[in-house]
Amino acid sequence: MDMSGEYRIAAPIQTVWDAIQDPEILRGAIPGCEELEKTGETEMSAKVSLKIGPVKAKFAGEVALKDLVAPNSLKIEGEGKGGIAGFAKGGADVQLAEDGNETILTYQAEAQVGGKIAQLGSRLIQSTAAKLADKFFANLRDELEES
Amino acid sequence: MTDQGIGARVLRKEDKRFITGKGKYTDDIVQPNQAYAAFVRSPHAHANVKSIDASAAEAMEGVEAVLNGHQLTGDGIGNIICGWGITSKDGSPMNMGAWSALATDKVRYVGDAVAVVIADSKAQAQAAAEAVMVEYEVLPATSNVLASMKEGAPQIHENAPGNLIFDWEIGNKDETDAALASAHHTTTMDITNNRLSPNPMEPRSAVATFDESEDHYTLYTTSQNPHVARLVLSAFYNVAPEHKLRVIAPDVGGGFGAKIYIYPEEIVCLWASMKTNRSVKWTSTRSEAFLTDAHGRDHVSTATMGFDADNNIVGFKVNTKANLGAYMSLFSSSVPTYLYATLLSGQYNIANVYCDVQTYYTNTVPVDAYRGAGRPEAAYLIERMIETAARELGVDPGELRRQNFVREFPHQTPVIMAYDSGDFAGNLDQAKAAADVAGFPARKEEAAKRGKLRGLGYSNYIEACGIAPSAAVGSLGAGVGLWESAEVRVNPVGTIEILTGSHSHGQGHETTFAQLVSERFDLPTDNIQIVHGDTDKVQFGMGTYGSRSGAVGMSAISKALDKVEAKVKKIAAHVLEASEDDIVIEGGEVKVKGTDKAMGWHEVGLSAYTAHNLPEGMEPGLKEGAFYDPTNFTFPAGCYICEVEVDPQTGVTEIVQFTASDDFGTIINPMIVEGQVHGGIAQGIGQAMMEHAVYDDDGQLLSGSYMDYCMPRADDVPNYTVSHHSTTCPGNPLGMKGCGEAGAIGSPPAVINAITDAIGNNNLSMPATPSRVWAALQQVSAAQAAE
Repeated sequence: MDMSGEYRIAAPIQTVWDAIQDPEILRGAIPGCEELEKTGETEMSAKVSLKIGPVKAKFAGEVALKDLVAPNSLKIEGEGKGGIAGFAKGGADVQLAEDGNETILTYQAEAQVGGKIAQLGSRLIQSTAAKLADKFFANLRDELEES
Repeated sequence: MTDQGIGARVLRKEDKRFITGKGKYTDDIVQPNQAYAAFVRSPHAHANVKSIDASAAEAMEGVEAVLNGHQLTGDGIGNIICGWGITSKDGSPMNMGAWSALATDKVRYVGDAVAVVIADSKAQAQAAAEAVMVEYEVLPATSNVLASMKEGAPQIHENAPGNLIFDWEIGNKDETDAALASAHHTTTMDITNNRLSPNPMEPRSAVATFDESEDHYTLYTTSQNPHVARLVLSAFYNVAPEHKLRVIAPDVGGGFGAKIYIYPEEIVCLWASMKTNRSVKWTSTRSEAFLTDAHGRDHVSTATMGFDADNNIVGFKVNTKANLGAYMSLFSSSVPTYLYATLLSGQYNIANVYCDVQTYYTNTVPVDAYRGAGRPEAAYLIERMIETAARELGVDPGELRRQNFVREFPHQTPVIMAYDSGDFAGNLDQAKAAADVAGFPARKEEAAKRGKLRGLGYSNYIEACGIAPSAAVGSLGAGVGLWESAEVRVNPVGTIEILTGSHSHGQGHETTFAQLVSERFDLPTDNIQIVHGDTDKVQFGMGTYGSRSGAVGMSAISKALDKVEAKVKKIAAHVLEASEDDIVIEGGEVKVKGTDKAMGWHEVGLSAYTAHNLPEGMEPGLKEGAFYDPTNFTFPAGCYICEVEVDPQTGVTEIVQFTASDDFGTIINPMIVEGQVHGGIAQGIGQAMMEHAVYDDDGQLLSGSYMDYCMPRADDVPNYTVSHHSTTCPGNPLGMKGCGEAGAIGSPPAVINAITDAIGNNNLSMPATPSRVWAALQQVSAAQAAE
């Protein structure tokens, strides 16, 4: 399963870099995100509602930004507990490259789930995760280009 | 004579209640003041439990209690044990890791329970279980033996270094090595036996009631052996002494081995009933069943079979690595050892056999006996090996078998077993004729015109049932004796109750056991009631598994009937003033042979209880009991021939013909036996072509529902041609061998041998799904293109 992608964003690299760390922007970009609060310099707590196969659950968890090399690369990591539905965690390595007044964003993502969500939705996890990752970066681009 | 004795196709007495929905299963039991249990289970395969916060759950409506493992062990509830000790090559005992019914500090598989919620309703219990907050420190996990045995693999139990449970061997190693070294031809294969979920139709369930005024416990549970459950719950888990614990296994909807064991949930329900002073009920959801019912099989083996220049087998050497899961289940250690490697001589006269077995812990649900228990693993290995060898040697696979058959009995194999009877060539001939093997080349040619690849495969299985002589299994490490008990009660009106320690959960004992009595006393089966599954009614018994209820359970009944018959004859001889030797029992009467002097059967019963006119010194009443300890295993055997057609474009395989010739010894009810064979073959076809329990590398169960675990359905199985060619078992009074598992043991190698014959590639593993068959076909194409 291809869990990587590339987006060309019509915004300067510094704008994109700042946006990725902005809770307001992230809240709009993370699919199913209901709440996102900053809890530290690079940590946030989040509530995300997700449906994988037959399992729909609300995950409460943490989002952390790591390995920040401004304005070129960082790692986004998330981990959430969905109660009896199990757990989900994942991350993405993100690289930004300047191309004139635009920015090329590339990412490689990975995801892992456990508990009921794995038991019932295992066949759909990879495709769902790939779709969610792509949606996140597409949302990010759209928000940046709209603003 | 009634026509309901041995050999009659009597319709099943129990089916009236089953097909009208009137069966009474554990989940149908409702006790006064009943609460419901819901378990909090680990979503992680391997983790330390840092903390459990039950405060939110405890505050929820209807919640009686939230209980955890520290409370359980604090109350002295004992760890779950494996009841069969295996000794390693070096003489050391097996490394059994501690298993608490509720995990305390560490969880070891997805589904391991860490807490239980007791609440007024099922919904409240489930909702509260979701509100219990458990903090885990996740540890690396392993889900298969190849990962568990690696250097640096996650350590699952402290007392099992390298996750090794035991390293065991059987047979003659040096002689086998020498025989293989000097063999004219050797065949070597790597063979995997796929992991299976058991899937009885009725999920596990328990209803526990603690009666404080009597200090007494009652447990309704889905068990194949309620007496063993009571013994273990009492002696090892310290729930209550045996006389204060009644275990009832009412109607049970299938077991297949998975309901032999005493699981954490039953222990916890009993304990929670005492803690809360309420009846506590738990019924597994299907999702929980996939996660927590003991799985079956999961072997990885390498085997070498050697032949001399005349194609006689001279040696057979096997190494097997078996996955026993995260904890050692009740009989888990016996399955890949004494129930498996002792059958590795198959139907063949092999002078040298050697097998060594390493078992490992993994972060998966425990693995234990599943229909066949060890013997399917053995049959699959031998029968694939000999079929492949025949292809390599360029000889007919049926004839290679025939040439190597054991022909004289008793036959002592190099791996403990002493075969007592059989006519393997007779079964082969019967199956070959019924399958029209002679016409196969024409059918293959015709199929080729339709673009289909047609293949034919044999399986000549032998297995060991009627477990087992108590002293023999005791010397091999079994913690229990494997005899059976029976009691025959003739009532004053002449009706009969048979109390048996066997348990019926689909086998039709209420019918076949009554047929045995009908045969003996020439009474209609309607006058005979079979009582089983309640420790307050039946004094003791070892239960039903290993196809033992006929050969062992009915032998015990037969012994008790001997005693009743003798007393009946004494009473009749006394009343009728005749010699005991002249008394015959027939047509509802007890008669003096050759005269018109007779008493009604019911009159003898009445005489025994009125006791007005009994022989001098005779005790009143007509009730006799017996314990029967078998003298040997029994050895059902047979020949299965499977014919398939493979669509080379898609890999889809259709079983177009399946022929069975079985030797079960004496058959009580052919209709029930055929049903057992049909069901067994269907399960074997399921293993061969569809079923596969799969964990990912992190120990998450991927086949956790019927969306991902494929069970055979009616349109997946063919019309079977089932026949019998039987030899009488000399080891028990009825001459029976057992039929419950044969179909599941014999069929997988026949199916795979047929598919590999069709596609021309021996490199195929179960389950042979269309994608695997297609991939194996591509290997053939690639090899041909390279030539």
